[in-house]
Amino acid sequence: MERVDARGKTCPLPVIETKKVLESMTEGTVEVLVDNAIAVQNLCKMAEQKKMKAVSEKQSEDCYVVTITVEAGSQTQPDAAPVVCMPDGRSAGTVVALTAETMGTGDDVLGKILMKGFVYALTEQEQLPETIVLYNGGAKLSVEGAETLADLKLMEAQGVEILTCGTCLNHYGLSEKLAVGSVTNMYRIAEVLSKAGKVIRP
Amino acid sequence: MMPEEIVFCKGGGCTAKLGAGVLERILSRLPKPEKKDENLLIGFESSDDAAVYRISEDTAIVQTLDFFPPMVEDPYIFGQIAAANALSDIYAMGGDVRTALNIVCFPEKMDLNILGKIMQGGSEKVIEAGGTLVGGHSIADADVKYGLSVMGTIHPDRIFPNDGAQEGDVLLLTKPLGVGIVCTANRMGEASQEAMDMAVRSMTTLNKYASEIIRKYDVHGCTDVTGFGFLGHLKEMLAKGLSAEIDSIRIPHIPESLAYADGFFLTAAAQRNRNHVGDLVEFCGVPFAVEELLFDPQTSGGLLVSMPKEDAQQALAEIAALGLPCGIVGKVMKKETQKIVVL
Repeated sequence: MERVDARGKTCPLPVIETKKVLESMTEGTVEVLVDNAIAVQNLCKMAEQKKMKAVSEKQSEDCYVVTITVEAGSQTQPDAAPVVCMPDGRSAGTVVALTAETMGTGDDVLGKILMKGFVYALTEQEQLPETIVLYNGGAKLSVEGAETLADLKLMEAQGVEILTCGTCLNHYGLSEKLAVGSVTNMYRIAEVLSKAGKVIRP
Repeated sequence: MMPEEIVFCKGGGCTAKLGAGVLERILSRLPKPEKKDENLLIGFESSDDAAVYRISEDTAIVQTLDFFPPMVEDPYIFGQIAAANALSDIYAMGGDVRTALNIVCFPEKMDLNILGKIMQGGSEKVIEAGGTLVGGHSIADADVKYGLSVMGTIHPDRIFPNDGAQEGDVLLLTKPLGVGIVCTANRMGEASQEAMDMAVRSMTTLNKYASEIIRKYDVHGCTDVTGFGFLGHLKEMLAKGLSAEIDSIRIPHIPESLAYADGFFLTAAAQRNRNHVGDLVEFCGVPFAVEELLFDPQTSGGLLVSMPKEDAQQALAEIAALGLPCGIVGKVMKKETQKIVVL
């Protein structure tokens, strides 16, 4: 059993220290000592998000014990794990094609908000796509200053391949601004779409 | 765990605020004067941002103070943020800043140049606000704390009440959420430069500009989003028996803040906010990170404004030109479900 003594430390330290210990384990239990009820709640919240079982017990006014159980195979990998050790959080063969700066038709201001929301919602899916291709107006989503950039970077860090159409970047004068993934051409885009098991086009 | 030199900054800003629940209990037990002063237009019964006292038919003074420990390592930036945060309460009432007094706690043994930089940042913001720094008070203390006591003026008929929201209003938020989460991640060395830059830009931006824009429109209710987080301040805004529906996709935020929330950069203050208002909120399939964002305590956060839809759309266009993420985030409804619904 692992043990983290986080008494005397303020949030987020107890949570972050425990997170690091959990990420180094494949199974077993971690016993975390903290000195306040709010830290207990934050630890339980993390365990719930990680789908792990947490039990807490108040031993005295300034000592609480939270026991978190890691079941074999339940452990999710750390956020920035290199691609090779991903137990595939990605869904093989799924390609997302972002073909415009907007999602749907009707109102472009709304469409931009929806697209930003869609890209964020993708990051929250249990299975990420294998590849995201961006072309025509979609090329504006992967450049410096784009509101979708942080979420695309997050998915790239989790192994999602992000490909932006070079012709399109040139057309919009954004060639120097690409900020995530790589530039690609029509042959590769055609190949990715042809070989895809499923193409999602929002 | 953390290197010695960042003792200057050990989790400050509005995350250092006492929980709302604790405060309500104490405030409700304080003795009250037998006869209410009728020139006191706004006191603390309505959880307002500042007190407003009428001194003549066309002038009332607005009084507020705010101070806290550093949430960034650069003392000059900290001074700017602390001042912008303290000045904000005047703007949340719709007033103009006139004078300010420094509030300083500083360790005797610390380098005085640091204090100089803090106060330089603060005084620059007071000048930008159009006010004058007229004095202050300093205390030798174990930790650094800084802020301002501010006096402003307002026309007594043009006060933005905290709880004036009306059914059918929409809710306008003038700055991005997530500065608490981003500063927390930054303290642990995990925030990106872009994220921290946006957080600092947001925290140092005076609410003066947004306040002056919304004054041109019909404002029913206004508050600034600070330590109690978006939902905590929204709850105070809906005190008069109203409910709200929030469209989470429209919440302006620092993009990286959601990923940091998923990385569990969770503060005690955010959890206290959740404990305080969580029962009033119904999340409909919203991701965990978005929930955390809505409970995240903000330092020098934006104005949350309840106003008619057409006015809000025009005001938003002007506020967007200030260059920070902002948006119309929801609508005010009759209280049927007893809940703030987050879609």
